[in-house]
This record gives sequence, structure tokens and C-alpha cells, in this order.
Amino acid sequence: MADVKPRIKLDKKEAKKGEIVEVKALVSHIMETGQRKDSKGEVIPRKILNKFACTVNGKEVFSADFEPAISANPYIQFKFKAAESGPVVLTWTDDDGSKIVGEEKITVT
Amino acid sequence: MNYDTTLRPNRRQALSLGAAGIGAMVLGTSIVPAYAKNDAEELIKKFTGGKPATEGKVNLDLPEIAENGNTVPIGISVESPMTEQSHVTDLLVVADGNPRGGVAKFHFSPASGVADVSTRIRLAATQNVTAVAKMNDGTFYTTSKQVKVTIGGCGG
Amino acid sequence: MITRRELVQIGAAACAIVAGSGLGPFGRVIAQQRIDEAELLRFEPLGNVTLLHVADIHAQLVPLYYREPPLNLGVGEFRGVLPHVSSKEFMARFGIRPGSPAAYALTSEDFEGLAKVYGRLGGLDRLATVVKAVRAERGADKVLFLDGGDTWQGSFVSNRTKGQDVVDCFKLLKPDAMTGHWEFTYGETRVLELIKALGSPFLALNVRDKEWQEPVFDAYKLFEKGGVKVAVLGQAYPYTPIANPSWMFPKWSFGIREEDVRANVTKARGQGAQLVVLLSHNGFDVDRKLASRVPGIDVILTSHTHDALPEVVKVGKTILVASGSHGKFVSRLDLEVRGGEVHGFRYKLIPLFSDAIRPDPEMRAAVAQSRAPFAAELAREVGRTESLLYRRDNFSGTFDDVICAALLEERDAEIVLSPGTRWGASVLPHSPITVEDIHNMTAITYPQVYRTTMTGERLNEILEDVADNAFNPDPYYQQGGDMVRSGGLGFTVDVGKPIGNRISDMTLLKSGNSIEPKKEYVVAGWASVNEGVEGPPVWEVVEKYVARKKVIRVAPNTAVKVVGA
Repeated sequence: MADVKPRIKLDKKEAKKGEIVEVKALVSHIMETGQRKDSKGEVIPRKILNKFACTVNGKEVFSADFEPAISANPYIQFKFKAAESGPVVLTWTDDDGSKIVGEEKITVT
Repeated sequence: MNYDTTLRPNRRQALSLGAAGIGAMVLGTSIVPAYAKNDAEELIKKFTGGKPATEGKVNLDLPEIAENGNTVPIGISVESPMTEQSHVTDLLVVADGNPRGGVAKFHFSPASGVADVSTRIRLAATQNVTAVAKMNDGTFYTTSKQVKVTIGGCGG
Repeated sequence: MITRRELVQIGAAACAIVAGSGLGPFGRVIAQQRIDEAELLRFEPLGNVTLLHVADIHAQLVPLYYREPPLNLGVGEFRGVLPHVSSKEFMARFGIRPGSPAAYALTSEDFEGLAKVYGRLGGLDRLATVVKAVRAERGADKVLFLDGGDTWQGSFVSNRTKGQDVVDCFKLLKPDAMTGHWEFTYGETRVLELIKALGSPFLALNVRDKEWQEPVFDAYKLFEKGGVKVAVLGQAYPYTPIANPSWMFPKWSFGIREEDVRANVTKARGQGAQLVVLLSHNGFDVDRKLASRVPGIDVILTSHTHDALPEVVKVGKTILVASGSHGKFVSRLDLEVRGGEVHGFRYKLIPLFSDAIRPDPEMRAAVAQSRAPFAAELAREVGRTESLLYRRDNFSGTFDDVICAALLEERDAEIVLSPGTRWGASVLPHSPITVEDIHNMTAITYPQVYRTTMTGERLNEILEDVADNAFNPDPYYQQGGDMVRSGGLGFTVDVGKPIGNRISDMTLLKSGNSIEPKKEYVVAGWASVNEGVEGPPVWEVVEKYVARKKVIRVAPNTAVKVVGA
């Protein structure tokens, strides 16, 4: 999973303290539901990204639990309140325990 | 009832306007039949602990008719000042026409600034999507919207 | 000998399709005894802003015959409510005399007879005359000319030139803004090319890119007209990727997006807009619902459903205008705007009687030039018709019957499914059927006629689905078209029932037997939204059929029974 590079967009790179910052992110993932059979009749095992979290300067600002009803190549948009400058880290957790991590930076003035 | 419409083309893709989706109907995989009843209602009960959820405060942005059941854009926002005193803590989204009711759960805090989230979801058929918000004072707010999954027909 | 032009000029009661605040009921103004250009253009100006609106021209650059629908059912709370009023009821509602120009332009009553008296309507050269005249009279600084879309697609030449003919002509009219629907079926790249060629803003607040959910087009544009800041918001047809092939514009997502309408109205007001106009391709009932839910829209210029109304419809403070289709009309709405509010308005639906209005020479030349390379083919006679040929009606049209018969015979099918689109110029009885006529009825950018098998169950599902798109009582779930046409298949439709319960008595006409759910039937059809559909283009199949029959006579269609209307 380490080679999966999420795409992240912040609506601003610099924000005043207290300003709302919008984050959009896209990540490639099959989001296999575990409810389908292949051509041999074998159940295709479930494999989804089941957790997502965003920290800003180490503090969590938003998180989510995903079910198989989330579309393949998950898209997520959320917001946070600018408090301090630092890395904006997005982490997706796979059913197999592996993680996909992406990072941006926010400067708070 | 299939859930992952990536392999079972939705009716619109297969048909269109009374047309033939010949190619799309030939599939390499078959579908696991739904083994459980949709549990949307139970998930809401579990989330609220049986407390009533008041209609309102939650805005659910969904298309009236889905363009593609595999990937339906959804936006949810909750009216709240998002202060330490008054904020949304959790937001549950369920769909009552998929084989399983669960869609996602979102978690907010005052650091979120606003409770506003968007993603894209799978809808296997025409159904209701419900969002329930939990506030830090233990109250719940909810709203629902029907999304139609259609074959398509052409107008003017 | 009296020419038709003279007849029109001296002819009976005037069209005088005038209405609006302060002008009183429609009937009172039908005192004029002439319909000449001056009369058609006569308008006592009001206020500080004039809106001119056209929509749903469907690439019809020259004057044509187009019969309005004999039936235009409304469902739920819109049953019998404008614009769901037709024929005699429509005439009574607006005080229109039988045999009058208004009766001819606005209804299906005695269409064949009146067509001979009043001739064709429309033509971009006539439209240009009116647009220029109004701009000159009011001053261009007071006038906004707005195009509601379904403009670039729908004819032989537009298909051949991928919309270039329409854009080349339309840019002479310098529209202030437009939005779209069928335009999108030229594909993303071509749409953007044509927008550039047109040189006018293309507004569509409800189109977003699928990847990041971000706007593709400008939501609105601010204009300064008559000292008033005017915001024009654009709304493309919300169900373009459902009713039309989404693979032709795979990156774009549509929808009604009421929240986005609301947000943009607020934003435009915040930027000082004193008049907010929604240039919409939603369809009338969707716009009516939108007006009742989103405050702050002063005017909605409706389109898509092809309604032509001689008066505006008001929903709260919002004025709804319905300007008809195929270039038959142009709407003029004068507004008095003061302090960010509309204090008065005057409206006229101007019918473009081609025998009464002079063609604008510049536009006439441009239209002729765009048609010249195809002139011989356009005029080529394929056969003749003894019947009036049309497509616009809720459940069947005579030319739909021709298409269905052609597909049944030429493709050796048991059942035909043909889309209930509302476009297609009418062909008068006892006339030749030309290549242009056939293409006016069938010109589409995905014309392949498929041939496949479907079970009875599947056929039922399709009919139910399309019926719900047409007759869902909630307008936001309607797609604004007519019922799918069927050949070789009879059924009963109860429009008042919910989905899954509207269709009954499905019968295979050739045997008279009921359709069996599990049985497979050979089905031909066209306008599939699927990618990679194979088959000959529909116009080729229809042309073959007409050529083989030589003379077309269409018997009344009794295969569809309508109840609950």
C-alpha cells in the first residue's frame, strides 16, 4: 500500500487563526465489498479502507469509519478550523491493517 | 440483491431509454445473494441508544435521481456552532435499500470548525438515505432523502 | 390573387399574444385586426430592463411547421394547471378565438387548416429582425438576450457540422448568455470549442467535474442594464447524463442541486445584484417547484418542456416565462426594477410568423451559407405523406408511428421502443417528405438502431421506469419528456399510479397475445445511452422505409390506452 499516493487539495495554504480550511482527498482503492463471487463461484474477500483520520499538527480534526457502501477510489471532503501551523496528515486504514498516508502543510497566521 | 453495482451494471447502464444494454449484461461474476435483511434501522437504534432523533438541523445533499449507482455524490452538513459548549460529535449515514444499511460514520470536534463532509457512495436501487447527527449534549437530529436509481428516459 | 403573406397581414384576429401586469386579460387585447411586423413587435416599453428569451430551437434555422401538443398531462398537484392545459381548454383559458393566429401558433386545434393560412413560424433571420428591433428601440444597454439551450443540436446540418452551423449564425445575435442540454451530446471537447466560437458566456451552476466535485462552468454573470445590476444564473438540464449518454461527457456530473441554486442566488445578491434571473433548462414543473423553495429569484426563463405560454406564471414573487420551442417564439419581458425589487413587468410572447416578419438580411445570408453545402441533400424527396406528421404528444405521434413501423419492418423486430423526445418539425399532409424532414425528426448524435431480445419482464420494467420519469408527481423526479413510444406493443398506462403499477395489459400486437414475463421478444430501438451500440443510423432505416412505401398514411394509434389522467 505504500506506493499508493493520495491526492490532496487544500482550499488555502495559508489561513488566519479561526478560519475554516476545506480539504478534499482522493485515493485509489478497489473497495471490494466482500459480497461478490468470482467466475469460479468463490467469494471475493472484502477489502476496503475502513478508517480515515486527519490530524493537523498532530491533533485530530476529523475522522470517519467507512462501510463497503463507500464507492471505489474513495473521495472525501471535510473542513477544519485553522488553529496552528503544521503538517496536515491524512491516513486511510485498510482491512489488512496497512495504511495509506498523505501530507500537506498549513500555515496559520 | 446486489450491493456492489460495479459488477452488476445498474439498470440504467444496462438499458437506457428502453434500449439494449446487451454487452453490459454479460458478466464474468455472479452475485452473492443478500444473506441478511438491511439493518439500517438497527444501526440507527444502536447509534441513538433508542433515543428519538428530531427532524432538522441536518442537511443532506444528494441527487434526486442518481447518474450512476456506483458512485453517488453525497454531502452532509449539520447546523451547529461547533464550540466546546455546543458541537456535533458523530454523524451516522445509512441506506435502507442496499443489502447492508451502513454507509459511514463521521466524527467531529470543535477543531473541525464546521460539521460538513462529502463523499461518494454506492446505491444498489431506489432507496432512502438517512443521516443522524449526535450532539455533545446527547441529543440527536436527523434527515432523510430518497434517491431514485433509474433506467433513464429522454425529454425535450 | 391574394398571397398568404397578405392574408396573414389582413387576416383575422391578431395574434397579439400580450399579457402582463396592468394589461388585463388576454382577451381584451385581441382587438387588433392585423398581424404585420409592426403589430407583432408592438410593445409599450416599461421600466429599465428588457429580457429577450428563446429556448429549445433544436438547430432549426429556417421557418417551420410545429404543432403544439394536443395533450400535455400534468400529474399530482399540477393536473390541469398551466402549462398542463392544451387544445380547446388552452384557448378558453386565454380567450383565443378558433382560427386565430394565436390558436394556430399555440395549440393543435385545426392545425392542418390553419397552417395553410398562416404559414411557417420561426427562422433565425426573423428572430434576428426582432432582436435587433428591440435592441434599437430600447437601447442595447437595457436589453439582455438569453438563450435557454437545446440550440445547437437537432438537424441534418447541425449533426454534419457538429453544431458549427448554429453557432456561426447565433453569434451574429450576440446572446448575452446561454445554458444547455443536447449541446452536451457533442462531447466535452466539442462543447468547449463551440462555446469559445460563440463568444458568449455559457452558464451552468449545476455542472460539476466528477473527480473533485468542482464547478465546470460559471454559475452566473453580472450585467449592468438600465442602471440595474442584473445577475443571470444558468442551470443546465439536470438529467443530461441520465436521459442522454453520459459516456459522451464522462467527466461531468449534473443534477438539480437546489442548494447550489440557493447559494448562488445569495452570492449574487451579496455582490449587489438587484435583479436575479435564472436561465434554466430544468423544465417547467421543476422550475415551479424550485421557485417555491428558493427565495430571491425574480425571473425564471424556463425551457426543456417546450411550453409556450402567452402569460407568465407567478410563484410567490417569482415570474416564470415559457417561450416555446423550435424558434417559433421569442419572449419579451420588460421589468421595472427599483431598490432591488421588481415593481412592475410587461410580457409578450412574440410569435415569429415568417410571412409577416421580414428576414434580417445578414442572418438570412449566414443561414443560407451554412446550408448551402447540403442544399441538394436537404431538399431530396424521399416520399410523400398523406397524413400530418408530428412527434410532440404525451403518448404517441404520427411520425413516431412511422419510425416504429420502419424499425419493425426494416429490422425484422416484434417490438420497437422509440424515445418520446419533444423535438421534430411537423410535416403537413399531402406534402413531400424530404431528407431534411426525416432528420428534423431523428437527428441525434447517437442514432444507432439496435436489435436485441428482451423478456416481457424487462419490457415492463422499462415502460414503468419511463412512465415514472414522465409522471412522477414530484417534479424533481421527472425528466420532462413524453412516454416512450412502442411499436408492435400495446399497453394501458395509469398515470396516477406509483412506479410499478402504471403499466398493464401489455399485448404483442401481431398476435394479440399478452406479453409473457419470462418470454424473450425481439426488440429494436434507437437512442440507447449505452456506449458501443451497433446498428444503422435511425434516419437511414426510416428513409429506406419511406422510400419503399412511397406514400405514408398513418392510422390513428390505439395501441396505448391512458387512464387516470
